[in-house]
Amino acid sequence: MAARNKRVGVLAIQGAVDKHLAILEGLGVEATRVLGEEGLVGLDGLIIPGGESTTISKGLSRLGLWEPIRAYARSGGAILGTCAGAILLARACENHPVATLELLDLKAIRNAYGTQVDSFVAPCDAGGEPKLAGMQCVFIRAPQVGELGPDVEVLLRVDGLPVLVRQGRLLAATFHPELAGDPRVHALLLAD
Amino acid sequence: MARSANGNGDARRGAEAFELKIGLAEMLKGGVIMDVTDVDQAKVAEDAGACAVMALERVPADIRRDGGVARMSAVDMIEGIQRSVSIPVMAKVRIGHIAEARILEALGVDFIDESEVLTPADDENHIAKHDFKSPFVCGARNLGEALRRVGEGAAMIRTKGEAGSGNIVEAVRHLRSVCGEIRGIQALRTDELMAHAKNIQAPYELVRFVHENGRLPVPNFAAGGIATPADAALCRELGAEAIFVGSGIFKSDDPPVRARAIVRANTHWEDPDEVVACCRGLANAMEGIEMSTLSENERLANRGW
Repeated sequence: MAARNKRVGVLAIQGAVDKHLAILEGLGVEATRVLGEEGLVGLDGLIIPGGESTTISKGLSRLGLWEPIRAYARSGGAILGTCAGAILLARACENHPVATLELLDLKAIRNAYGTQVDSFVAPCDAGGEPKLAGMQCVFIRAPQVGELGPDVEVLLRVDGLPVLVRQGRLLAATFHPELAGDPRVHALLLAD
Repeated sequence: MARSANGNGDARRGAEAFELKIGLAEMLKGGVIMDVTDVDQAKVAEDAGACAVMALERVPADIRRDGGVARMSAVDMIEGIQRSVSIPVMAKVRIGHIAEARILEALGVDFIDESEVLTPADDENHIAKHDFKSPFVCGARNLGEALRRVGEGAAMIRTKGEAGSGNIVEAVRHLRSVCGEIRGIQALRTDELMAHAKNIQAPYELVRFVHENGRLPVPNFAAGGIATPADAALCRELGAEAIFVGSGIFKSDDPPVRARAIVRANTHWEDPDEVVACCRGLANAMEGIEMSTLSENERLANRGW
């Protein structure tokens, strides 16, 4: 399988790091925690997990990781951001804005569905990526994405709204593929 | 499809609803949840990198000092904090106080702590937590207590420690107890699990889960007495997946600096050089209480059944 012999890092400042590591291990990928610039060297993919975007954003500043991650992306590195990770990849964000990587040409709206009592699971429309048909999407205090640039393709929608998008080798999910235990989004990250 | 905050919630019952609750607990892993008593403290916590705040009227050290009955915080205060920060907001209810929990659920609080820090409303029963849309966290001193709470629907377990003491010894005792008992169950034969479930007064199915998976069915956090970056690192070393800091920040002499230091130590707990860096330049920690000076009925950890 294509995923073998690949190495993927999970940014480990805060959040659902373990769940991503478990999915990656299930795919036969060498999975590592990234807490510094040296952790980005030689990666076939980087995951920015769900968690609190303010906490992770402040951690990126403290660790001086903004430019190294941007450089990794510019050099063709693949990144998957889930939930908070999707916010951090965005060009901009609203509703209590946080600093972002400004790599993905869209705007993220934080906590767009409400608080935890509004979290939900929903089936998706996989018209943009039939390989993902039937995926159950878990939304936890989730963001929405809007103002998508021309280079951003929508792979999955829920209730008509984009929930998984791709721009070059960057993937952003507003839901949590790692919580449902479905490895197909992670496999997309590793597709050449 | 109706997904409004006041939806009837029927679709949220069952396994899927429980997974959503645990999902938020997963998102809080590796983070620090800080007790705050007003909007200014909530902002200090958020700026320091807290992954959530616990809104309460008095930190445990003051509850201990003041005595009297400690209840759910004022609704206006909780709403003020919800408006002022973007991170999840938790709040506490008294053990067994179903109506306080309904109020917090209606407020859209992100996590409800059915907490021994407040004066219990029921000296026998805890809340049936599966009946709520909001997730609950509960304290535990040992595995049996933890699994009873999970059985009732808690989506996160934290050690009780001894809240407001500034003394880590009880949190360490409870972490060692929960994690050690988990290792013990893994070593049992399957035909010994029912007798063990009976001994620790825990639901059999959950004991079996622990035997098969080597962990609690929900995230396992530490709370109660954490006052320094080193305390945070110790709890992580002993198996806690995240930490709550109650009085330890805002009863210290340097709340913003200490809050950042504890967040940083919690991320880098495996790296002693980083923890050293967190400890540099700190003013005095909160004053602590030696356990032998607390009588049994002064110990908050003894509340809960």
